[in-house]
Amino acid sequence: MEFLGIGILTWITFLPIVGMIAVLIVPKENQSGLKWIPLVITGIQVVLAGMIYAGFNKSMAGINTLEGMQFVEKARWIDIQGVPWFGRIVVEYFLGVDGLSISMVLLTALISFIAVIASWNIDKALKGYMAMLLLLDTGMMGVFVALDFFLFYVFWEVMLLPMYFLIGIWGGPRREYAAIKFFLYTLLGSVLMLLAMIALYFSVTVVDPATGEKIYTFNMLAMMDPANYEPGSLLAGVGTYWRYLAYVALFIGFAIKVPIFPFHTWLPDAHVEAPTAISVILAGILLKMGTYGLLRISFPMFPDAANYFVVPLAVLALINIVYGALCAMAQKDFKKLIAYSSISHMGVVLLGMSAMNTQGMVGAVFQMFNHGTITAMLFLIVGVIYDRAHTRDLDAFGGLALTMPKYTGVMTVAFFAALGLPGLSGFISEAFSFLGAFQTHRMITILSTLGIVLTAAYMLWTLQRVFLGQPNEKWAGLPDINGRELFALVPLAVIVIALGVYPSLMIDLMTSSLNHLVEVVKAGGTMAMVP
Amino acid sequence: MSQETILQLSTAILFLPLLGFLLLIFFNKRLPRQGDWLETGLLFLSLILAVAVFAAKLGGYHDEVLQTKFTWVDWGNVPGIGPLKLELGIMVDNLAAIMMLVVTIVSSLVHLFSIGYMHGDVRYGRYFAYLGIFTFSMLGIVLTNNFFMMYVFWELVGLSSYLLIGHWFEKKSASDAAKKAFVVNRVGDIGMFTGIMILFANFHTFTFDDIFGAIQSGAIPFGSEPWLTVAGILIFAGAVGKSAQFPLHVWLPDAMEGPTPVSALIHAATMVAAGVYLVARTFAMMTADALIFIAYIGAFTALISATIAIAQNDIKKVLAYSTVSQLGYMVMGLGVGAYTAGFFHLTTHAMFKAGLFLGSGSVIHAMHHALHHAGDHHTDPQDIRYMGGLKSKMPVTFWTFLIYTLAISGVPFTSGFLSKDEILAGTLAFSSLQGHVLIPLIAFFVAGLTAFYMFRLVIIVFLGEHRDAHRINEIHESPWTMTVPLIIFALLSFFAFYSLNPFGAASGWFYEAIKRPLSVVPGSVAAPSTSLFDEALHHSHTTAMVLSLTVAGLGILIAFATYYWKKIDADHVAERFKWLHTALSNKWYVDEVYEFVFVGGTKGLARLYAWFDNRVIDGLVNGTASWTRAITLGTRQNWEEGNLGAVLYMVVGGAISIYVGWLVGAALMPLDPTPGQMIWNGLLGIGTAGLTFFLFYVGVGGFDNKIVDGLVNATAYVAGFIGLLTRRVQTGKVQTYLAFVILGVMIFYLYFH
Repeated sequence: MEFLGIGILTWITFLPIVGMIAVLIVPKENQSGLKWIPLVITGIQVVLAGMIYAGFNKSMAGINTLEGMQFVEKARWIDIQGVPWFGRIVVEYFLGVDGLSISMVLLTALISFIAVIASWNIDKALKGYMAMLLLLDTGMMGVFVALDFFLFYVFWEVMLLPMYFLIGIWGGPRREYAAIKFFLYTLLGSVLMLLAMIALYFSVTVVDPATGEKIYTFNMLAMMDPANYEPGSLLAGVGTYWRYLAYVALFIGFAIKVPIFPFHTWLPDAHVEAPTAISVILAGILLKMGTYGLLRISFPMFPDAANYFVVPLAVLALINIVYGALCAMAQKDFKKLIAYSSISHMGVVLLGMSAMNTQGMVGAVFQMFNHGTITAMLFLIVGVIYDRAHTRDLDAFGGLALTMPKYTGVMTVAFFAALGLPGLSGFISEAFSFLGAFQTHRMITILSTLGIVLTAAYMLWTLQRVFLGQPNEKWAGLPDINGRELFALVPLAVIVIALGVYPSLMIDLMTSSLNHLVEVVKAGGTMAMVP
Repeated sequence: MSQETILQLSTAILFLPLLGFLLLIFFNKRLPRQGDWLETGLLFLSLILAVAVFAAKLGGYHDEVLQTKFTWVDWGNVPGIGPLKLELGIMVDNLAAIMMLVVTIVSSLVHLFSIGYMHGDVRYGRYFAYLGIFTFSMLGIVLTNNFFMMYVFWELVGLSSYLLIGHWFEKKSASDAAKKAFVVNRVGDIGMFTGIMILFANFHTFTFDDIFGAIQSGAIPFGSEPWLTVAGILIFAGAVGKSAQFPLHVWLPDAMEGPTPVSALIHAATMVAAGVYLVARTFAMMTADALIFIAYIGAFTALISATIAIAQNDIKKVLAYSTVSQLGYMVMGLGVGAYTAGFFHLTTHAMFKAGLFLGSGSVIHAMHHALHHAGDHHTDPQDIRYMGGLKSKMPVTFWTFLIYTLAISGVPFTSGFLSKDEILAGTLAFSSLQGHVLIPLIAFFVAGLTAFYMFRLVIIVFLGEHRDAHRINEIHESPWTMTVPLIIFALLSFFAFYSLNPFGAASGWFYEAIKRPLSVVPGSVAAPSTSLFDEALHHSHTTAMVLSLTVAGLGILIAFATYYWKKIDADHVAERFKWLHTALSNKWYVDEVYEFVFVGGTKGLARLYAWFDNRVIDGLVNGTASWTRAITLGTRQNWEEGNLGAVLYMVVGGAISIYVGWLVGAALMPLDPTPGQMIWNGLLGIGTAGLTFFLFYVGVGGFDNKIVDGLVNATAYVAGFIGLLTRRVQTGKVQTYLAFVILGVMIFYLYFH
């Protein structure tokens, strides 16, 4: 699919950059222009995502085959000869989607659009804000469509700086602390990922079709094929220390993003300080990049190590689920509570992945999408109340159901979705993750189900404290949710309900790819067992 | 009527209440009378259809099971399993057809009753919407043909229960009760979910038939019979939550915070009976051990809640504990193998208990109005100690209430007599086959207790003199919307609807329709077969009837002697057995223990974890930052001061530390490490490197006190560190970090290339 000779993935990825340039050109005084340009741009992005959804072939698997990838764009981006130490460097501009990334592409387009709506009442340096937001958008979209590791890494880093500034400049009182913490943490992750990437680069060679010579490559698909590993190179072989080490380095890099215990403490701080729209993006999309990276890169490139470390992964998932839920329960700040609930819910993704079977993987990827929509709703809901009352203290409210009935209605959908009520999307992905994981890790999964009870407890307790009971005199005059806020929340609520009732709308997209991914990972694991 | 029509009509019955919910939740303010007529009308339509389905199913397809299913989620060609699908569907067998009728009868009558009872409520329209979604979810449980949908609707009735208990959420007690109901139910639900996971992991399907078929063909979970028992008990855990069995019974009495018609519909007749229905549905896969477990849980629940009911003074609390007790009875009935009797008791109990609650609603309604009229806002309209003598003022309520009470006490010619008698006979048969004498003993004792506390209630509320001579004049009978349901339920409490023989249900249509399913579990772990059980049942029938009449008569007699003729002084007895009375009126302190252990424990653990997260984990993070800062700043200062020895010392120290860490890590690593060893030894290596560097760092104090000062003041540095870094970032020093990163990568590269 092309427009003006340019592929749709390039459009959807770089359109925000066009928007950013437009925003930079528009004079600072033109406030409405500065809001409408990003809105239109992200709106077009949603339309493009819809076209990708419509044109997506559900039967094509992708993962490690070029033929299985869809909307592929492949061109030589960098080709420099004779670089000191490196020799010839070839980087490809290689984009494509398969069943693993399609849901993330849809999610990114959707959440970015919602985030622009949620940014409507930003009044501090609007121009810079919107420019950063759009740049961030490109970075995120790029991560999910890139199939060249170098390109992936570039997008990954592109996303880092705008996020840093968005928290550090437009954030709450402790924004500087939160921003630098986020930055340093993510940087640490990036470094580890970079090391693994370089190690992979110098281990994998392909034949350059143009010249016929063997060249090193960043092509992810090539990195998934054991035959491409140069004998004697660092990561050649199966089940070696170096491969395990590279896997662990990559894992930590991604784990920081997810975040996985004990690398999670940047998250509550970043969330509490970030403005609403940025929290929405952070929880809605950025966290998924960690688990996406694990599924896109770690699992198929290091199937031996993935199988080797599968029990520790499940244990970490259990810790995330239960520890996150208990920490959430003890919070007094509404936003911090939601932040910790994210840790708990991302644990479900990890648990589903650790299942190493289709049911679990489908649960995990579907949970990535669902957590994106549900948590986005939750953060928007906190934002609504914070905009009005300028406090997020859970004990400062009460009885809002009487003063803000519409708001309470939307909130109920989000809260019950978060606690995994059947009929709403979160339930299905959680249930599938647990069902899958149980086949692989019986005891760990049974312990993880404790999270189901704990989540219900803290969610309902929060609901009770804020919305039920006698109305607090102090907030008697709070206006109910307005049209713009509803416009951001209602589409998400509709998606959450629609996918809860008929999940196949999303699941059908991913099953071929995830079945294939499971095959690839299992095959790699079996190889490891027979040295 | 063709099979397809029956299934289509059943689907319509399922979705009609949902339609009402959707219309009312969005438009109730815009509809005349807030849409009560709409939702009630839809329910009566459902009822008519349910009667039609019932007649068609039992008349035309008496012994067939009608099913339809569709693929809901397709996992594709799953590696290791092959094509895998999640199919949903509905199933109409006699069990479902009868249960569907029970649910629609109670629900439609409760809708009608609510029009009068809830008149003028703040959220009148929303209340009816919630009733709609409840009925939908309940019918989903009834009609499902698979565990997945069972769990889905199981949770959805939990939601509607939550919403309806918390209908008056301005009251803290109401929102507390709603939350408690949901969370306690979830505890049971995770048990049920785990059971489902065991079945799915082994059979790759959720459909009842497929799973039972697989078990019958000899495929048992994980190849071991104990797992089958465990799966059964875990599925039953769902019933323990929903049907308020010990130890998860604590939510039901609190649920009385909801409007009284809700208590009648959800917390007496239908939803709480879903647990019994679940056990009936899954009866075929229960092993003998699982059934004995179920029987004991039921018996114990029946006993403790019946004892508690004696000492309660709130009219709804008495009925609530009575419900728990009767549910225990049903569960016990199923557990001992009296399958039909257990489900029969569910049906008869649904009618008379719904009636009892609606009757109590009528009383509370009248008391409320009288108190309101007198300007009395302190007296609790539900406290039976303020009632008495209502018989003359509320004749319909009294006479219907009396009929229900006779039914629940097991007096002949009522439906309750029939079903209770069968359960009691079942316990005797069970104990003659398998021992466990305790179960029939408890069963008969509880039968007597039930008669006693129910007549205590009737006597105190309706007979004698009213406590306040003025107030009695303000008490009026309720309007027709409320009395009509009472009369219908009273009629349905007579034997004739279930069996033409008032002393034996076995010849009636109900026993004809509901037959104990054949067990699918391996013979070695199966309960005694149906024929053996029926044989034993035959012998115990007369004994059971004589005994049950005796204990019921005794219970009623003692109640009259105590509260009507006052031959026994209740207060004196209470004084005599003070400890017992205190324990009973405090519900055996179960709530207090749970509050302390589970609620307190969880909250405590949550606080501990939050502290750990904030102080230890984040402390480590911030500590690392301040250490790094102290070291680099100190080194830079040394560099600037020309103290090159110190700089060299730190650099060499760093290099040596890394090397030592590497050596230790590598030395500890076995040749073929497990993942745990690998991670553990890796961490040890890193730890060793850190420790070594720490020693160097402490050692440096010998020739540079400034760094030691830095160490002492490390905590103070945290704040300064942040300020400094951010200042630098703002002046563009973020590149510094990137430069360091690139440098590091280059070193890495040089090392390996």
